[in-house]
Amino acid sequence: MQELGMAEQGSIRVSRKDDNVVVIEKDLATEEMLLSMGPQHPSTHGVLKLECMTDGEVVTSAEPYLGYLHRCFEKHCEVVDYPGIVPYTDRMDYLAGMNNEWAYCIAVEKLLDIEIPRRVEFIRVMVSELNRIASHLVAIGTYGIDLGAFTPFLFCFRDREHILNLLEWASGARMLYNYIWIGGVAFDIPADFNKRVKEFVDYFRPKVVELYKLLTENEIFVKRTKGIGIMPADVAINYAWSGPMLRGSGVQWDLRRNDPYSVYPELDFNIPVPDGKFSDIGDCLSRHLVRALEMEESLNIIEQCISKMPGSDGFNPRSSVPKRVRPKAGEVYARAENPRGELGFYIQSDGKSTRPLRCKARSSCFVNLSAMKDLSKGQLIPDLVAIIGSIDIVLGEVDR
Amino acid sequence: MAETEEGKELSPSLQQSASAYAVIREQFADAVSDFDANETMPFFEVIETEKWPDIALFMRDHPRLKFNYMACLSGVDYPAEGKLGIVCNLESLGAFGHRIAVKVKCPRDGGSIPTAAYVWHTANWHEREAYDMFGMQFAGHPDPRRILCPEDWEGFPLRKDYKVQESYHGIKVPY
Repeated sequence: MQELGMAEQGSIRVSRKDDNVVVIEKDLATEEMLLSMGPQHPSTHGVLKLECMTDGEVVTSAEPYLGYLHRCFEKHCEVVDYPGIVPYTDRMDYLAGMNNEWAYCIAVEKLLDIEIPRRVEFIRVMVSELNRIASHLVAIGTYGIDLGAFTPFLFCFRDREHILNLLEWASGARMLYNYIWIGGVAFDIPADFNKRVKEFVDYFRPKVVELYKLLTENEIFVKRTKGIGIMPADVAINYAWSGPMLRGSGVQWDLRRNDPYSVYPELDFNIPVPDGKFSDIGDCLSRHLVRALEMEESLNIIEQCISKMPGSDGFNPRSSVPKRVRPKAGEVYARAENPRGELGFYIQSDGKSTRPLRCKARSSCFVNLSAMKDLSKGQLIPDLVAIIGSIDIVLGEVDR
Repeated sequence: MAETEEGKELSPSLQQSASAYAVIREQFADAVSDFDANETMPFFEVIETEKWPDIALFMRDHPRLKFNYMACLSGVDYPAEGKLGIVCNLESLGAFGHRIAVKVKCPRDGGSIPTAAYVWHTANWHEREAYDMFGMQFAGHPDPRRILCPEDWEGFPLRKDYKVQESYHGIKVPY
């Protein structure tokens, strides 16, 4: 446009060449329009506001505004003792409470330097992987809704309900568990729990395949997601993406394997990464695909947990739970692989108090969302919805 | 600050961090402090704050370091020292796998730390959050605004001497 020497004058687009003004378009407004998406917009999965500058259907820039669900997690941590923070962590990423609690407990246990009973470790892995499937089911189901497919959502929520029932049976709560404690778990799993979990695994395996047919291989769904919002691997690393987002860009990175914790080194599972045949590496479809494939891997892990878990004879789930948590002075940064990526806790202890001096949560959604501005440049508005959905944000964790 | 004890066997991951630190020390000498080899979070401190962007870029691009992944950046208040600071947890993802934490401090009143947002994109929002909660400036930051609190919020909530404001737009704040 610049080379031709075109300029805009009000609503008339003109072309200037050698001082001759030629009108080429009339009454065509080409100014940018500010479009505010959210904070009450169904595709933003909560209370996120995106301020988009649009040029027709094209988004020239999208600026995210956060904080609508800010509940001062880090400020609360200053006045609550170490075990008291566990229920708060549930409320961060409320779709994966078990994983959040676990990441926090790993951090405090590192500071305390305590040994965890083996059965506790297997229970933790099992409930967390169950929770991971439940979380991915919500991610996949709502992603379908974002792109106009309503049925998979109902299928996903039907199956998620089975997991929530199982976790409710173990912990007493459906979503906000307070089940994993520092040094142990609140209760031993009920008798026959493993049997029921096995039943669920057998029930759920065909359902995953069904979900592939219904959503992942759906022509319309593929058209809406393939090649949209491509993130190259090196940029993804520079943005510190993690979890399915980073793996969607083709980086085989999983904290369960690359920075192993708990009993994961003993368990056999794959880290699914898109190969570029079905999707373009780094696009929305790749990220969706990684989540779908991960559910099957989680099922494998759960099955191994059932067979490897030590018996409950003489087992006390609270045997290593300290009466009073007062870690030695020092700092720790510990993380765990959450359904949405790396959840890390930076904790600073002064060695005297039963409360942390500073507790910072490194939220995976917060970091993943920070790439939104670059990711949305030049996209169409409907594709913007596909991109936000593929990031799979939970605003409770973004704003904390 | 705990020094590495002579003759004490370091764990493999600590050895990796220590050798990475040695490369940084060789380049920047007295601009960085000694290495604190603790098991939970090995770190060093940047003493000459204005050199932080150079150190950051060096750490990211040096062929033996390749700290390409900033896992976390946390703001911290040190009221006893009269300072505010940040703690950056860095990692070499996919290249070497070593990890190290870096601390950068600035004076509590009107202090500023040079931004690292041009080295790691992810630092952009983390630094905005640190500014939002602690009030240190990040010199050269591309977008220096609050992120979680409203723009017109008074004070910086995570400072140890923070007093919450009485009312916000006519709404009573303390509960």
